[in-house]
Amino acid sequence: MKILVTITETESVDTVFEIDGLEIDSRYLSTDLNEWDAYALEEAVQIAEDGGGEVVTATIGPEGVEGTVRQALAKGADRAIRVWDEELAALDILDPLTKATVLGAVVDAEQPDLVFTGVQSGDDVFGATPVALASTLGWAWGTVVNDLQIDEVAHVHRELEGNLEELTDVERPAVLSIQTGINQPRHASLRDITRAQQAEIDTRSLADLDLDVDAIASPIEQTDLYEPESEGEATIYEGSPEETATELAAVIEETGVIR
Amino acid sequence: MTVLAIAEHRRGELREVSLELLAASRKLADATDGGLHVGVVSGDIERYTERLNREDVDVVHTVAYGEEFNHDVYTQAVTQLVEAVEPTVVLAPNTVNGLDYLPAVAERLDIPIVTDATELSYDEHLTVTRELYGGKVETTLDIDTQQAAVTIRPGSWPRAGGTGDAEISAFDARIDESAVRSTVTGFQEIGGEVDIAEADVLVAVGRGIESEDNLEIVRDLADALDATLAASRPVIDNGWLPADRQVGQSGKTVSPELYIAVGISGTVQHVSGVRAETFIAINDDPNAPIFEVADYGVVDDLFEVVPALTEQLTRS
Ligand SMILES: Cc1cc2nc3c(=O)[nH]c(=O)nc-3n(C[C@H](O)[C@H](O)[C@H](O)COP(=O)(O)OP(=O)(O)OC[C@H]3O[C@@H](n4cnc5c(N)ncnc54)[C@H](O)[C@@H]3O)c2cc1C
Ligand SMILES: Nc1ncnc2c1ncn2[C@@H]1O[C@H](COP(=O)(O)O)[C@@H](O)[C@H]1O
Repeated sequence: MKILVTITETESVDTVFEIDGLEIDSRYLSTDLNEWDAYALEEAVQIAEDGGGEVVTATIGPEGVEGTVRQALAKGADRAIRVWDEELAALDILDPLTKATVLGAVVDAEQPDLVFTGVQSGDDVFGATPVALASTLGWAWGTVVNDLQIDEVAHVHRELEGNLEELTDVERPAVLSIQTGINQPRHASLRDITRAQQAEIDTRSLADLDLDVDAIASPIEQTDLYEPESEGEATIYEGSPEETATELAAVIEETGVIR
Repeated sequence: MTVLAIAEHRRGELREVSLELLAASRKLADATDGGLHVGVVSGDIERYTERLNREDVDVVHTVAYGEEFNHDVYTQAVTQLVEAVEPTVVLAPNTVNGLDYLPAVAERLDIPIVTDATELSYDEHLTVTRELYGGKVETTLDIDTQQAAVTIRPGSWPRAGGTGDAEISAFDARIDESAVRSTVTGFQEIGGEVDIAEADVLVAVGRGIESEDNLEIVRDLADALDATLAASRPVIDNGWLPADRQVGQSGKTVSPELYIAVGISGTVQHVSGVRAETFIAINDDPNAPIFEVADYGVVDDLFEVVPALTEQLTRS
């Protein structure tokens, strides 16, 4: 079985950061393999290990994300594809439908049996790319999957709200968005990391994928980026751990929960 | 401008977020003196319609087809409804099921989709406010198209009240059975031995604890308070605590007298599950959104503060 896993790099802002216009300077940002994609990758790699097959990753992003792509290679992906060019770089934001169009073209080129994605990207949190992608492809889909058995169909558990799971059978081919906790993602060995450093990353432009620029023109414009105004009314204690602990202990005693 | 809001129900109950959706939609429609249309698909539509018929709702469109949510049915029905009603904005809740069909509707109609909106406004075009980076940054997006699809964050709007005199209209959606490629075969409730929802005092631990071995210090704090140990999702995902300890959207909603969050950032999926009388947060990041919901906080290293607190409590 051939499984394509979509992989994105997520950014998180550091404790101290500044916003300059619509940008946060990269020195205030840490990057990592998106948490949800790490679980999607592990699920695909385990299936390939158990039953044979190939795991290919697909990432839309500039050259700077190759470190993250290599992490995925070190954790068991066989090949990696990265899509980027000037047209993509010129977009205001990479919105879900644009991502679906581009990833859809990669799926068309690769013809995998299944596509695994993460439930959401940790920074943009759209949570919309997987279903948009399935729809572009005309494939079936299953989202927020925290348990998976594959035979002629995919038997999935979808994690709903409030400790409730929906049991669903999804026809194949399908796009499945994978939820954290479905497995325990592995740590790459030093040997795998070294091997991944040397691996070739297949880089493609929109033209390579037969996509024209109009197909990716996004009508969404970012107009502001700011730190939310604090609406909280928390009393914050300062001082040494002993001092703050004394304050907290007093608050706790006040609540009367200690009997 | 017409707004179309698609209600959500599950296992025979209209979900409360549907009423928040009405409030959000009404506000948007009012901004342009437009109409508010509501769509309800599958299940006991008559009963749902009664509850959805709130003040200022103009039309409720009902689609009688099947019982439970099925995304292939919803995708077809809502796509056809949008084509018929021609709303400027189609809205759904930003829930697991809302996100399971609205992106497909948007893709089919070739209209942009923005998810998890916390504010909406309309002045010549739609403006959506949403959070980035786990709630530490906010952004506004302008969408300059004839139509757009948006999901709204639960808990960000009040619930629509009053009773209305909406026109109830049966919508004749043509569902192509061959395009229904997923089948819901059942539901499963996730139980466990410990019911954290019953506890008066909860000490909740998050990813900031770093390793399973370090849990010892929060265990000690919980013991000193005779409290129950709970956790955010990463602690459960790593297998450090069993699933019945998870607080939040996919775990349990808790309402203790005292909640102490240790090394938890405060994403919406976590804090939406906490209604505490007194809420204390310990986190070394002053910008962590957990301080927005806390009553008392300490911005410091949990490995220093937690043992110090335990000692204070055992001494007194
Ligand atoms: C569909 C869906 C459902 C979900 N359901 C849930 C749910 O039910 N419950 C849930 O919790 N999450 C849920 N999540 C996950 C949620 O989005 C977050 O990923 C999760 O809540 C983050 O957990 P955290 O705050 O422990 O970790 P992080 O966000 O990583 O925060 C760790 C915090 O610890 C602080 N910290 C680190 N070191 C220290 C130190 N030494 N001292 C003090 N502070 C420190 C950091 O500043 C940071 O704020 C769900 C996600 C999805 C997509
Ligand atoms: N730039 C990207 N490149 C490749 N895959 C992506 C990208 N952005 C999102 N995805 C995939 O889509 C999932 C959901 O992302 P989102 O809709 O942005 O929240 C992620 O977990 C990834 O698997």
